[in-house]
Amino acid sequence: MTTTNSDAVLPSQGIEAPRSGRIDPKYLRSNPSTGSFEMVAWVFMRVSGAALVVLIFVHLWTNLMVGDGIHQIDFAFVAGKWANPVWQFWDLTMLWLAMLHGTNGMRTIINDYAEKDSTRLWLKSMLYVASAVIIILGTMVIFTFEPCLTDDAGNLLEGVAPQFCHGVTN
Amino acid sequence: MTQTKSTPGGRGTLYKGREGMWSWVGHRITGVGIFFFLLVHVLDTSLVRVSPEAYNAVIGAYKHPIMIFGEIGLVGAIVFHAFNGLRIILVDFWKQGTRYHKHMLYAVLILWFVTMAAFSARHLMIFFGGE
Repeated sequence: MTTTNSDAVLPSQGIEAPRSGRIDPKYLRSNPSTGSFEMVAWVFMRVSGAALVVLIFVHLWTNLMVGDGIHQIDFAFVAGKWANPVWQFWDLTMLWLAMLHGTNGMRTIINDYAEKDSTRLWLKSMLYVASAVIIILGTMVIFTFEPCLTDDAGNLLEGVAPQFCHGVTN
Repeated sequence: MTQTKSTPGGRGTLYKGREGMWSWVGHRITGVGIFFFLLVHVLDTSLVRVSPEAYNAVIGAYKHPIMIFGEIGLVGAIVFHAFNGLRIILVDFWKQGTRYHKHMLYAVLILWFVTMAAFSARHLMIFFGGE
């Protein structure tokens, strides 16, 4: 497949300007059939990066800067946040965007520094498996989370259940 | 001795050893660090599905005095990566981006310093002021 540019041929001289077409595919830097992937990845890094600035700064603000900060983080705190669908959606979006952004960044770094084909293949295989496991695990945790745990007799577990559980089951 | 380098000070080239290169190095190192923390952070959060005790025990490690400084380092990496990432977007999409990329790096460093001074003060105050 070649690219053509009708203006590039100079009729008066009978020669073509450089890179005007008829490039043997083996000299092209990208495979025309997969060429758009890298551009989509490039756009994704910028779009997801801008979104992650907001997602992560708010995440750090609500968890560490207000209330009791680091001291407040425990099971009941997580349960209280995920009782609100907005925070479920927030954390889910953050999980997916951050993992895909980070995985693509690591892919770029592996491509830069691992020179042997087999080394690149192995490193990227491990990267993709690890990323898939983390994304699937995190997604399942957000959607299957049970805030109001009870014992065998059906009573709320004391000391760990967030405040709102008491209103629901009593 | 004749100066043949392409920059006035003769310090390497337009890119090598200068603001452009060092911001790239910083972006890469902070990015890798944040990625590995993210893997650990999803795993520790997943303990809420194991048991409240397991989650509280592991998250308690983040409240150790040494970890408080680790968190300041982590947030420092995140804030640099965030601000420098916005700078990269401006370099790519803003018409004057390449002209002002050095100015924007200094703006990133100043904003980073201000943000980290505020974050560190608040984080340490909460840690030492709390139980």
